Formats: sequence, structure tokens, C-alpha cells
Amino acid sequence: MQKTRYAAAAVAAVAALTLSACGGGDSAESEGGESGGEMVRIGIKFDQPGLGYDEGGTYSGFDVDVAKYVANELGFGEDQIEFVEAPSANRENLLSNNQVDMIFATYSITDTRKETVDFGGPYFVAGQDLLVPTDSDITGPEDLEGKNLCSVTGSTSAQKIKDQYPGVQLVEQPGYAECVTAMGGGQIDAVTTDDIILAGLAAQEANAGKFKVVGNTFSEENYGVGLPKGSTERCEEVNAAITKMIEDGAWEEAITSNTEGADYEFNADLNPPTPAPCA
Amino acid sequence: MENYLSLFETYDVPAAFWVNIQLSFWAAIFALVIGTVLALFRISPIPSLQWFGAAYVNIFRNTPLTIILAFGFLGLFSVMQISLASDLNASLFRIAILGLALYHAAFVCEAIRSGVNTVPLGQAEAARAIGLSFLPAARLIILPQAFRGAIAPLGNVLIALIKNSTVAAAGSVATESSGLMKTMIEFRSDLVVPIFLTFALGFVILVIPIGLLTTWASRRLAVAR
Amino acid sequence: MSAQQVLFDAPGPRARRIILLGNIVGVLIAVAVLAWILSALAGKGQLAASMWTPFLESRTWEFFILPGLVNTLKAAGISIVTAVLFGLIFGVGRLSHSAPIRAVAGSVVEVLRAVPVLLMMIFFWLALGSSGAVKPQDAPLIAVVVALTLYNGSVIAELVRSGVHGLPRGQREAGMAIGLTRNQSLRNIEVPQALIAMLPALVSQFVVILKDSALGFIITYPELLQFTRRLGVGEGNVIPSLLVAAAIFILINFALSTLATRLSVLLSFRTKGRKPVAPGPLVPEAAAT
Repeated sequence: MQKTRYAAAAVAAVAALTLSACGGGDSAESEGGESGGEMVRIGIKFDQPGLGYDEGGTYSGFDVDVAKYVANELGFGEDQIEFVEAPSANRENLLSNNQVDMIFATYSITDTRKETVDFGGPYFVAGQDLLVPTDSDITGPEDLEGKNLCSVTGSTSAQKIKDQYPGVQLVEQPGYAECVTAMGGGQIDAVTTDDIILAGLAAQEANAGKFKVVGNTFSEENYGVGLPKGSTERCEEVNAAITKMIEDGAWEEAITSNTEGADYEFNADLNPPTPAPCA
Repeated sequence: MENYLSLFETYDVPAAFWVNIQLSFWAAIFALVIGTVLALFRISPIPSLQWFGAAYVNIFRNTPLTIILAFGFLGLFSVMQISLASDLNASLFRIAILGLALYHAAFVCEAIRSGVNTVPLGQAEAARAIGLSFLPAARLIILPQAFRGAIAPLGNVLIALIKNSTVAAAGSVATESSGLMKTMIEFRSDLVVPIFLTFALGFVILVIPIGLLTTWASRRLAVAR
Repeated sequence: MSAQQVLFDAPGPRARRIILLGNIVGVLIAVAVLAWILSALAGKGQLAASMWTPFLESRTWEFFILPGLVNTLKAAGISIVTAVLFGLIFGVGRLSHSAPIRAVAGSVVEVLRAVPVLLMMIFFWLALGSSGAVKPQDAPLIAVVVALTLYNGSVIAELVRSGVHGLPRGQREAGMAIGLTRNQSLRNIEVPQALIAMLPALVSQFVVILKDSALGFIITYPELLQFTRRLGVGEGNVIPSLLVAAAIFILINFALSTLATRLSVLLSFRTKGRKPVAPGPLVPEAAAT
């Protein structure tokens, strides 16, 4: 754990540096009027190491780093951010009831969701992938025939594999932690979900060197910034911030530092993405 | 209404209940066996067995079932590498049964002990007077009467077990009814109330006859004194 | 019957030897099983120091275990109060003089006792979440409390009823004799005495509430189990974390169970002559969930 914490501290320091560097620029001033002393409430995952994780009062992960960068571009300093837990099932409700201003929580942009919320971004294109033990010879879903695959209860991604490859034995657990522990015990051959989530799990110090992300994604998930319906203006600002983050290298830095030790490379054909025009 | 009926074409509700019934059936049998052995331990003359019985009951009765089922998957299956069947899901299904059985065995033990308490002192004294030692006395005299006295509490343990089989979804049996209900509501949130009432009604139909039956049986079989 | 003393003779020399042998074998088996479990855990690295050192850091307790425990106790505490209120109202309803009230209270109690708590929790969570009636963050807590209240309240209603039935008939007759109506006698004379008699069973029911509040993690309520899993996923020590959570639950519940036993012994003196509602398993439904 010691190492992760130093790593986390390093990430925070880097983020702070980049953030303060940007803060000195035009954005803070130009947006200052809107936010002076106000808080911005950002929904993140609290239990997804590498993406959004509550370390105990401080938050770490790729989603968190992007959220801090974007918030800063919008004129909110780090002490003006209030992080709120946004579990998958609650995300639309949190936005439509105005409980949060933005959501960065592995939130895939889909047409159904667009009916109730607006999306900025995407800021990352993830894809469904497999996490396997380092010495495994599984290279894609077609190798899973007769193997044990673990995913979380109710996950549609795992069901898709099961439908395509009926020989796969699917185990559903309440969380990925159980899947990873079972795989560490050797009873599970692969865990499936979005590649960056898997990378975040594999990058935990306790798992260092034990697992690898196969790197053969078989779906496209565009992670967007969830915004309340009708926030086109905010969406433009968010997109500008994301574009800037990608251009000045902070984006890649955030991915690398949050997946360090996971033997993971993001899909370079699709990443970094260009934010879609706001509706 | 048509909307509601179409649910049953998409989702196999009876199959989910069937999973709960199977879980409960097997877990009930194992819980009864383990619980009876524990009760014997607790009234036996050997201190280490008494101690074991008491420790078992205190640990399992006071732990949330979700934690026990999680240990079934993480501890037994993942770490101890115990497979109860060659097929993965069958194996996890049996581990869930084992978890349910181990948990409810503690309550079965207490139910039987309360049944033992209904047996008058004279019965045990008579058993000893005709020269029976502990095990024959327990087998021939005490337990048969104790079971009759324990029917009502045992029936309640069975009812609790049927309802608790829904927690198996949190372990590793995702096909049972609480898991299906959650999925159905998530996909058809417009029908949230009818869906819930369907599942609630299913359990009422399962559970209330058992309650009536055990009440009737406990009156019928009560040892007249 | 006190089985311990009468089921077997005071052991003679031979029986003592058998008992000694039994004890030794029993302890050996226990040690062997323990060793097997520990070696399997150690074989998978679950006993490695790094798995357990997080529990020596104040950070772990300050940000994970204590907040989780506080939330667990909060949900359980609120539910205990509301369930007792619910139980009193419906218990008195079941004893009411008026047949319609009795019928309504009776069927509500019977149905609620038959529906699994987890189903109720999931339903209230999803229904409240999508209705917008409450803040999305509050939905899990409300769902946990409502589900625990409805189920345990019904069980407590049954306790109230059986407690009142356990009272000597003379209590009500005396009440009527001094000119109270049946309802007055129920409220002022019978229920207060029934409450004392049912206290042990009531405390046992609190154990059930505390245990069932752990189901809240399924509907994302951040209780102890949820926090320990979060800790486990971050530190890669899910099994040790769950063991610590289990130990905390066992400690609290064991204290409550002991209190229930003590109370029942204490009250069996106080209420000698009538039938106290026995704790735990003797009382239907209090036995398990």
C-alpha cells in the first residue's frame, strides 16, 4: 500500500502542478464571475480504483483527475469541488434532481441516456476487454470456451459474451473485488468489463504483476461527462477543457499514472477522442 | 395489463422461484442434520463438544448471512479451492446451499434445544432408570419428543430460510428471484409496483401455507401432558 | 427440563476416561481444521502481513470502518425505533375490540412477515430512486429503514400480541372491574406488562435488525460491509476486510444476545407465575433471518 500511496501523492502533485499551471492562464479569470467561492458538485465512483476511488477523504483515479482538470478550467479550484458518490444505478437521478452538477463516473454515452441527460466529451473511449492472470494464454473472448468468466451481477457485457460463446461459464458477483480475489485463487480464468476499469484493478499494489489486460477490446464505450438536460453552454465549456487537457499532455499523464503497473495500453486508434459537438 | 403480461414472456419468473425453492429444500435438509448434531453436542456430557456447539451457534447466529455467503465464494471456493461439482455454476449453487445450511443450522440447533426444554425431567430420569446411556436415551426418548415440541420454531426457521434464499443472489446464485426482480425493475421501471407485488405474492403463497401447516402440526403432534 | 444434569449420570472412572478421550479428539480435530484453513489461507497469501497491516493504520479506521459502522448503527438505530412503534400500533391493532381493525392489522402483519426483506429493500430503493420523491443519495437509507421497519415491526407486533396473551386473565378482569374500557385496560394495564415480558425477545429482534441492515450494501447503502469492501478493493485484501467486518458484527450482536439472555433470566424472577415470552428461537420469527 505504501507504494500506491506515494504514487497517489505523486499523481496528486502532478495534477496540482498542471492544474495550477492552467489556473494561471485565462480560464480562471474568465470564468471567475460565475463561480467565485461557489462549490461545484461532481459525481464520481467511490469504489473503482484507478478511476474513482475514495482513499479516505481524498479521491484518486483517472475520472477524478479529468474532473479536477475540467473543474479548474471552469474556474473551480480544487477546494471548491465537492465529490459525491454516483453509483451506476443513480446517475440519471442525481443529474435530473440537480443533486450534482457533473458526473465523471465511467458513464457511457448512449442514445437512451441522452433522452434524460446531456453529455460532454467523450473524454475516453473504453472497450470491453478481459483481465487474465499474467501467465494466461487467453487472448480474446473466443478463447473462453469452457473457461470460468466473472463479472458483476446484472452486467450486460458479461451476458453478451455468454450469449455468443455458450461454452463460457459465467459467475456473477456483487463487485469486481470478489472476481479479482477469486482469480487470484485460480478458480476464475478471466474477468470482463471495460478495459480501463480492469487496468485500474490490476494497477492496485496488491495485484501488481499478477494480472494483465488482454488488450483486445470488442466493444466501444464512450465515456462522457454527464450534465443535467439542457446544459449546452456548460457542455461547450467542458468540451473545450477536455480538448485542452488532451493537447497539453495532462490527459495521457493521467491515464499512465492511474494504470501504472497494470501492463495496459489504451486503444490508440480510438484515443484520445475528439469531444462530440454539443446538442 | 398487456404490458404486465408481456413481462412473463421476457422473464421467466417461475424459474427464478424454482431456484429459490431448490436452494431452500436442500439447505433445509442439511440445516436440519447439522442443527440436530449441534443440539446433541450442546446437551452431551463432553465439555469440548458442548463448547463447540455453543461457539458455533454464537458465531453463525450473530453474523450477517451476506458475509457467510461471501465467505462461501471467497473462502471455500476461491481460496480453499473446494469444488462441489465439475460444473462451475452447479458448484457455486451447492456452495450457496452450504452457506444457507450452515447459517440456519445455528437456528435449528436453538429450536431443537427449546424443544428439549419442553420434555419433562421425568422422561430423562425414566430413561436413565431403565439403564439407557446418553446416546440411546437421546435417540429413543428425548429427541423424538423434543422434535414434536420444536415443530413450531423449526417451521419458523424453514420460513426464514425460504425468505433468506433471496440473499443467495448476493453470493453467487444470480438466477434467483431477488436478482430477477432487480433486473426486471431496472428495465421496466414503469411497472415497478406490479413487479414487486408479483414477487411478494409469490413468497406469500410459498410461506403462509408452511406457517399454517406447522402450526397445525405442532398442535396435532404436541405430546399431551 | 435441565437436560445437562439428568441426561447422563455423574461420570464414573471409565466414563471420565471416555470424556477425556473425547475432549482430546475434539480439540485435535478443531486444531486440525483450523490448521487446514490457515494453511490454505497462507498458501494464497491471505495471511501475508501486507493483507493485515492496513488495520493497524488509523486511516483505515477513520475513513472506512468507523464511518461504515456509524452508518450501520444509524440505519439499525432508526429502524429499531420505527419498528417498535410499528409493532406497538399493529400489535394493539391485532388485539383490538373491533373485528375490522383486527382483520386489517392481522393481514398486514401476516403478509409483511412473509415477504423477504431483501425484496422490500430493492423495491423501495428502485421505486424511490425513480420517483424523485427523495434525494437519490437518501433513497438507499430510506429503503433500508422502511424495509427493516415493515418486516421487524410485524414480528414485534406478534411479540406484543403473544405477550398480552401470556398475561393472566385476571389482569384484564381487574382493569375492567375498576371501570376501564377494554382499550384502556389494554393500553394502561396489559401492554406495559407485556412489554416487560417480551423485552428479551425484543432485544433478540434488534440483533436481527442489525444483521439485516447489512443487506443494505446490495442497494448501495454505505454501511459497514460496503465500506469494508471498498477498503478491500483498494488494498487488495477483501477476505481480511470481510473477516474484520464479521468480527465487528459478531461482537455487537453477541453483546446484544447476552443482554437478551440476562434479561430473560432477570425477568423470569420478576414475572414468576406467568409465562414470559422466551427469547430468541423460542419465539417464532425472532429465530432467524
